[in-house]
Amino acid sequence: MARSLLRTPPARGPFAPDFWRSPLRGIRFTAVLGVVLLVGITILFVTGLLSYAAYNPDLARVNDMTPGKGLLGFYLFSWPTDPPWLYRLTQGVHVTLGLALVPVLLAKLWSVVPRLFTLPPARSLTHALERISLLLLVGGALFEFVTGILNVQLDYVFPGSFYPLHFYGAWVFFGAFLAHVVLKAPVAFRNLRAMREGSGEPGDEPDELAAPRPDRPTVSRRGAFGLVGGASLLLFATSAGRSFDGPLRETAVLTPHGGPEPGGGPGGFQINKTAAYVGVRAGETSEEAWRLTVAGRSGTARLSRADLLGLPLHSADLPIACVEGWSTSDQWWRGVRLRDLAALVGHDEPVDVLVESLQRRGPFRRAALRANQVEDPRSLLALFVNGEELTLDHGYPARIIVPAAPGVLNTKWVERLTFGEV
Amino acid sequence: MRGLGSPFQLCVLLCSFALCGYAGVRLLDGDWVLIALWFVGAAVIHDLVLLPLYAGVDRGLVKGAGRRRAWVNYVRVPCALSGLLLLVWFPLISGRVSERYAGVAGQSADGFLGRWLVITAVLFGGSAVVFAWRVGRGRRASG
Repeated sequence: MARSLLRTPPARGPFAPDFWRSPLRGIRFTAVLGVVLLVGITILFVTGLLSYAAYNPDLARVNDMTPGKGLLGFYLFSWPTDPPWLYRLTQGVHVTLGLALVPVLLAKLWSVVPRLFTLPPARSLTHALERISLLLLVGGALFEFVTGILNVQLDYVFPGSFYPLHFYGAWVFFGAFLAHVVLKAPVAFRNLRAMREGSGEPGDEPDELAAPRPDRPTVSRRGAFGLVGGASLLLFATSAGRSFDGPLRETAVLTPHGGPEPGGGPGGFQINKTAAYVGVRAGETSEEAWRLTVAGRSGTARLSRADLLGLPLHSADLPIACVEGWSTSDQWWRGVRLRDLAALVGHDEPVDVLVESLQRRGPFRRAALRANQVEDPRSLLALFVNGEELTLDHGYPARIIVPAAPGVLNTKWVERLTFGEV
Repeated sequence: MRGLGSPFQLCVLLCSFALCGYAGVRLLDGDWVLIALWFVGAAVIHDLVLLPLYAGVDRGLVKGAGRRRAWVNYVRVPCALSGLLLLVWFPLISGRVSERYAGVAGQSADGFLGRWLVITAVLFGGSAVVFAWRVGRGRRASG
């Protein structure tokens, strides 16, 4: 490359070192934010992988939104049914922590932005590759935060289905994140140690993030951390309540599924998708029209709701927890055990089941449950909730409820159960 | 551009690209131009639009305050917090997903704008109260 060309004109605009004036910037400011993100993003990644596993994508094609995942599904395991609040916890943490980390991410990006405008653009092959890696890091982080935040608000403007975009995007981001951590974490920790030991400004290494000609400060570094932390706290305080009921949910004032419960009475808890939205009409669910088909090894049975009420009924206290991060506390469900229905068609041993719904729209109209989920005595084809018949929006005439399963696998308006073949 | 640079860094980056590439091929399996545009565009729009925008507004605020620089933070903090909430919850606050939200969740989405305005008012009001209290205390101390 012609070095003389790059050298001649003096750097101008944002490329000039003294364009950047904030006295806050410096490797210590960045180091603190970086270490917070190191911990936070690791938790986001792990809870995200858990959520992916919770759908049991390796069980059946209908559960798998990412059939081309290849090695990226290496860690998949049978999602357990204990503790029953497992998905409520992991996904609540994933979404609420993600929201609370937005200000930290923005502050971190602000603190390093002068480095975007370095000249020459690449000093060596490694430096050029590092800058490409940083594009994947920054683009990946923003892509993940933006798709996640849009998805919880049901704003599906992103280019494709949320599941593959957010899942593969996470792996692209994580690849760049790993390199960044390996290359930068030692510097960050060294600086934090120096800060704790109370030495003044970094002495032994030049601070390449600090402004060479800083303006007079308008806020201290401590004050800036206070603003970032306060902003995180504000996002947390206006979101976290939607993992709970009643007065706590009302504190989630800017968050979907926050605020007051929908209506009162036994069916007055959060609805994932209403019957009208997915195209279920009241006529199809009436006593006369609706029949449940149960198929298995020994044949096929067609049951009316009255037939189901004649079978042994059992109760379970279980929550509803959605991929969007909201959840309800335990509801009191009553219905027929899935394993009893399996036995009805000749399956006395644990067996997988394919569940099909009346609903016309939505990605999980058909969904598979694994044998360990069918086997759990708390897994029900529920007919009642909180002492009353299910409401239409909660899945009348019959819905699945399985401990620790993501909301969409608790299929509503069930019309067919096929045991053994998923 | 001179030479390779650190062999350790080179090795780390190449390993990282192997993972990024493996996942990236799968990410782009679809409307790849649009997906790539979203991925790269997110970084470009942040670095070249959003950041200069809020940094410019902040610089304007500090300049406009002139000798009263110490007062800047009483405007800056509520602005930053309210703006952040608007940025994150824009689809709900702007009402662009109201219809879908009402259809999906069976709940009205009309309250989001109002609640954001209330929070904004509380932030600015709280900031004004703290400011007035500090000014008052300063006057008493000097008077």
